[in-house]
Amino acid sequence: MSVERAGTGVSTAGWEPKIIGFCCNWCSYAGADLAGTSRIPYPCNIRIIRVPCSGRVNPQFVLRAFQRGADGVLVAGCHPGDCHYSTGNYFTRRRFLLVKRLLEYLGIEPRRFQVRWISGSEGQKFADVVAEITEQVKALGPAKMDKMRDVM
Amino acid sequence: MCWCGSNIASTVDLDRVQKAVEKLTNVVHVEQNKYTCSEPGQAQIVAGIREHNLDRVVVAACSPRMHEKTFQRTVAKAGLNPYLLEIANIREHCSWVHTSVEEATPKAIDLLRAAVAKVIRNTPLTTSTIPVEKRALVIGGGIAGIQAALDIADAGHQVVLVEKEPTIGGRMAQLDKTFPTLDCSACILTPKMVDAAQHPKIRLLTYAEIEEVGGYIGNFEVTIRKKARSVNEDVCTGCGICWSKCPSKAPNEFDCGLGERKAIYIPFPQAVPNKPVIDRENCRYFTKGKCGVCKKVCPAGAVDFEQEDELLRERFGAIVVATGYELFDHSVYGEYGYGKYPDVITGLEFERLINASGPTGGKLKRPSDGKIPKTVVFVKCVGSRDEAKGFPYCSRTCCMYTAKQAILLREKMPEAEAYVFYMDVRTPGKGYEEFYTRATEEFGVNYLRGRVARIYPKGDQLVVRGEDTLVGAQVEIEADLVVLATAMVARRDAAELAQRIGFSYDQYHFFTEAHPKLRPVETNTAGVFLAGACQGPKDIPDTVAQASAAAVKVAMLFSRDELETNPMVATVDEGTCSGCEWCKPTCPYGAIDIKTIEERVGKRTVSRRVATVNTGLCQGCGACTVACRSGAMNLKGFTNEQILAEVEAICL
Repeated sequence: MSVERAGTGVSTAGWEPKIIGFCCNWCSYAGADLAGTSRIPYPCNIRIIRVPCSGRVNPQFVLRAFQRGADGVLVAGCHPGDCHYSTGNYFTRRRFLLVKRLLEYLGIEPRRFQVRWISGSEGQKFADVVAEITEQVKALGPAKMDKMRDVM
Repeated sequence: MCWCGSNIASTVDLDRVQKAVEKLTNVVHVEQNKYTCSEPGQAQIVAGIREHNLDRVVVAACSPRMHEKTFQRTVAKAGLNPYLLEIANIREHCSWVHTSVEEATPKAIDLLRAAVAKVIRNTPLTTSTIPVEKRALVIGGGIAGIQAALDIADAGHQVVLVEKEPTIGGRMAQLDKTFPTLDCSACILTPKMVDAAQHPKIRLLTYAEIEEVGGYIGNFEVTIRKKARSVNEDVCTGCGICWSKCPSKAPNEFDCGLGERKAIYIPFPQAVPNKPVIDRENCRYFTKGKCGVCKKVCPAGAVDFEQEDELLRERFGAIVVATGYELFDHSVYGEYGYGKYPDVITGLEFERLINASGPTGGKLKRPSDGKIPKTVVFVKCVGSRDEAKGFPYCSRTCCMYTAKQAILLREKMPEAEAYVFYMDVRTPGKGYEEFYTRATEEFGVNYLRGRVARIYPKGDQLVVRGEDTLVGAQVEIEADLVVLATAMVARRDAAELAQRIGFSYDQYHFFTEAHPKLRPVETNTAGVFLAGACQGPKDIPDTVAQASAAAVKVAMLFSRDELETNPMVATVDEGTCSGCEWCKPTCPYGAIDIKTIEERVGKRTVSRRVATVNTGLCQGCGACTVACRSGAMNLKGFTNEQILAEVEAICL
């Protein structure tokens, strides 16, 4: 499953980062929906992938995103204690502390990867988080991790 | 692709999206509707599937949380498996949050590309059905269990009510009066106990415990140990000759050890069933081999020394856990001298001492010398709201029962003085604050804000030394009796029971509800419900409300003959599973088991351990998939391949 990335020689002029957001179905995806129904604008750089639980997000998905040219990745789940499946986001929390270190080791600025707790009632927070991560990733410039080998 | 009127169409250039999407591999037909969710819009989907012989459908419209079910039904109408549909959310996540067409249009294309990449990898999923055994097991015969059993039985379903003591009634049977109405506890409880015993749909199993629980929602297999009562319940008439003639005595647990009972006994006069049990540890026949008086005097010939524990295997569709609470063991408060000074008692002991059927016949006599106390000090928050020695949580009932006990004292003995040491007075309930106000204003109970530092004897009295923080002074009260409001804590075997049934409990071993606000009576194990103080400290009104709620959940479950299972469950590739069991502890539902498979390697047959998913228990969270080191665990509907395809499609 190998896909060529188009246009490797990226120039930063007019460049817009591409950010992938993994949102759990029960809280964060609903929070993103609420941002929509409340018409709260946020930067258009994020593309949301729906997952049942933030605990479903395999670190390999994150690595694959960077490998294929994403400039930032957000994993968003229910607040600790509110997981629809009781404990999923606790795994997320522990797992992605390690992943941040791993990314740093691989030469990916840790700020490109963020884990946030966004509830279904936090439409504004969702918009704020997207604005914040977009701004930070823009400041970092394009990520060039397409030399990574396939991991999965 | 849906315009949603102008909701999507005004921000997303759908014609441009259409041109881009039409070029994608596998896409054979693209069309736009003004309102896809409308009847004509759905009819267009059905027609499109038939005309172009489609086997996958992507709807680009509003959030899947809104209309995924609608469109699943639509594609099913055209004969397609409903899980061969994906939604691209181009409204909530796109047109409504981005204002410029130049921003929203490329994003919509990305979202559609991701949905197409995913849907190609969708596989038909089928919901299977599992039959529902319409019998409920209620564990615990206190007010919670009784209420739940009665409500389920009144809804027309069979109930087995299991209680580990010889009688149902629980803690509420031990109480004298109840706040805030001062109803006699037994007067409102015992009719319910009798109702439960006589209900044609309820079977009582007292002096019985849960041995083993297997299976899943709709189909639990439960082994119940019916402990040897040494009395044949079927022939015993409860006449009481045996316990009046029995020569052996033991402290009566029901009276908190303040009174005595015989070795063959019923815990209290209104016990249900009214059939005695022999306490073999204190019975002369069992300890010394001689006696047998009860057997000789029993006119029905019901006493059976040879009776043995019996194991019953039963099937149930649902389980209500209503095992109640225990009181905090406050011997850790050495400065309060419980155990050392007999006149320092717990609130529950006070209930028995003031109760007409208690060991003192309702005359409040202090345990040490039987003297009628003139000054009684109540100490609140013993074990609760105290992280150092007890638990940080508030025990919720103590403020109210202390006010009640002080009122009862003043009502019975107006000449006696009542003092209450408190941290705060918490009265969050209907009529509770008014009740507390009555205690202070009408009954003249003295409330002192502060903690008690020490209790020590002086003559035949106890000096209670504490602080009155409102006055800012130390106070010493010479008391005849001290009542400690000890915290409600989880039963010591609570964790073991939760593990046996397979649901979770918190750090204090109270059972955990599925959601603290929205699913307060369900556990995270489907088909297992909670009622009463086993879930957390609770008073009687809250307990009864929760028990009825649990009963409704059971009745809802039993209103169906079959349950549809969630098809989006975890699945194991046995070929790559290494049997490491790392997935097992990540599952919050205990849905993963290990089984042994046999396979041919060369000419030999070898057996190997692999994980297996109980689809009745799995809720499809996917935690196990990430824990799996060999990638053998996958989640249907959200497979690794599907999610990676979405990632790649977006990054393209």
